[in-house]
Amino acid sequence: MKITLDQVVKTFDTFRAVHGVSLEIESGELVALLGPSGSGKTTILRMVAGLEYADAGSIHFGDEDATNIPVRERGVGFVFQHYALFPHMTVGENVAFGMKVSKVRRSKDEIARRVEDLLRLVRLEGLGNRFPTQISGGQRQRVALARALAVDPKVLLLDEPFGALDANVRRDLRRWLREIHDELGITTLFVTHDQEEALDLADRVVILNEGRIVQQGTPEDVCRRPGSAFVMKFLGDTNRLAGTATGGIARVSGATVPAPGVGDGPVEILARPVDLGWATAGDGIPAQVARVIDQPQGRRILARIETGEAVELDVPADMQVAASDHGYVSILRGNVFPVS
Amino acid sequence: MRRRILPGLPLSLGITLFYVALIVALPLGALIFKAASLGPEEYWRIVSSSRAIASYRVTALSALAATAFGLVFGLALAWVLVRYEFPGKRFIDALVDLPFALPTAVAGIALTSLFAQNGWLGSILASVGIQVVYTPLGIMVAMFFTSLPFVVRTVQPVLEDLDPALEEAAQSLGGSDGTIFLRVILPLLTPALLAGLSLSFARSLGEFGAVIFIAGNRPSSTEITALLAFIRLEEFNYSAAAAIASVLLFTAFVMLAVTNYLQARALRYMARA
Repeated sequence: MKITLDQVVKTFDTFRAVHGVSLEIESGELVALLGPSGSGKTTILRMVAGLEYADAGSIHFGDEDATNIPVRERGVGFVFQHYALFPHMTVGENVAFGMKVSKVRRSKDEIARRVEDLLRLVRLEGLGNRFPTQISGGQRQRVALARALAVDPKVLLLDEPFGALDANVRRDLRRWLREIHDELGITTLFVTHDQEEALDLADRVVILNEGRIVQQGTPEDVCRRPGSAFVMKFLGDTNRLAGTATGGIARVSGATVPAPGVGDGPVEILARPVDLGWATAGDGIPAQVARVIDQPQGRRILARIETGEAVELDVPADMQVAASDHGYVSILRGNVFPVS
Repeated sequence: MRRRILPGLPLSLGITLFYVALIVALPLGALIFKAASLGPEEYWRIVSSSRAIASYRVTALSALAATAFGLVFGLALAWVLVRYEFPGKRFIDALVDLPFALPTAVAGIALTSLFAQNGWLGSILASVGIQVVYTPLGIMVAMFFTSLPFVVRTVQPVLEDLDPALEEAAQSLGGSDGTIFLRVILPLLTPALLAGLSLSFARSLGEFGAVIFIAGNRPSSTEITALLAFIRLEEFNYSAAAAIASVLLFTAFVMLAVTNYLQARALRYMARA
């Protein structure tokens, strides 16, 4: 089911949470709403679910105007950050709840069979008689997903689904959610503040800031062609260097970066730690090492360049470098944005 | 012995046990001892006299009715106080504790004058042929008044802690408001309701001050068990008073045991594997 948001606005008391957001999610797509806290991503998700009503604008499911359809008739599956499992019901009863209260009458056997099928899908067969307090966080989230899928939703919505879980469990569940999505082909929208999660899982990433969409595209688009300094910084560790652009080239003491299409004037050059190089001689920005951090995949140098700005760069594990060494920072790749 | 991190166990446990023994166990022990000083036949004759049995009936039935009424009204009151904002909410919230704060005799006198034939409410009810004072209905009203805070104050915090996401989840799964209340909210409130129920019923069984003013206290009709024990006491018949009181005591114990069991059952989902 295709979801279309058109100029959706939501205001809480005096705080405007969502400013005229328009968004299209194709049928069967898996889309991440990514943004810092307060960016309005959860509010958008809740409006799609019908847990909040939009103050202005419209939300369509396919051709149907869903803007004013109440949540219980909207046919969405919603997965909450803290699972929201009914604590007094067993895992099986939780999954069966939606089928039991549905207007579509199903026989007891039919419900029991479907509960079995869903528990198998989420790999929890045999745990149907446990209570939610008797299973782990990751298992609870899978129960919550099975419960949401039980009502054959047109759309699956997940609010920070892995936010409350350990890093390892989170990574497993992510891959597994992707598999389930590919198997069922259900249109899925999920909210996260974790860029790694969004890039790992989604077909398309929608990046939000202060209630507006700042960029949307495939993970490749947003990673390789960030549209603004905000997107660049939000997606990962970023060095920011002040420079000046003249004739399509940005300069910062001793280093240059191509800046096609950027007008002359002050600019900021943004570069990932892996996009900076380190050498003890040659071209580059003179710098002094403040600290070296050893990590499994290499070494990270924290250095201070001659203008006083701090930079971080990743170098191979076998590079000999120590605190207070002098050297030169080169910019291998960088994105240049005019200073507004 | 295992070493403990939290200090103060011997002292605090000592003080607690001392006071429990002095204030709870000793009087109860004395009561049972006094009642036991009667022979079994004599004991049975006193507790099964027709006047005593009539008093049990009126006390238990009134307490039951008052508790049932309090359960419904108390739940509604707690519900409104937790879930909605309205002017005067804090005032009503404070008012709930009034029956605790008011001397029960004062409550009894106030209720009696209110429900008397010429009182504000009594005169209205009299015009439709309902008499409250000097009937079991009056006893029920007094018991309801003094025990209402128990239900409200036990349910309120549980309702406040209820995760709104549970209701939202139930809604997104297609549940109607009625279904969600019956299948999700009410089961989660059941332990608290049971606790409120047992406290409220136990209090109603033993309520004395508020009841005797409104009840009329006619033997075998509106005489409550606590009053009967009091009358025996005034006749210096201590053993008979103790015998009758022991019946009240026993009933309260059974009641608490039953609700504790039901509560544990209702909370069995909290037990970890």
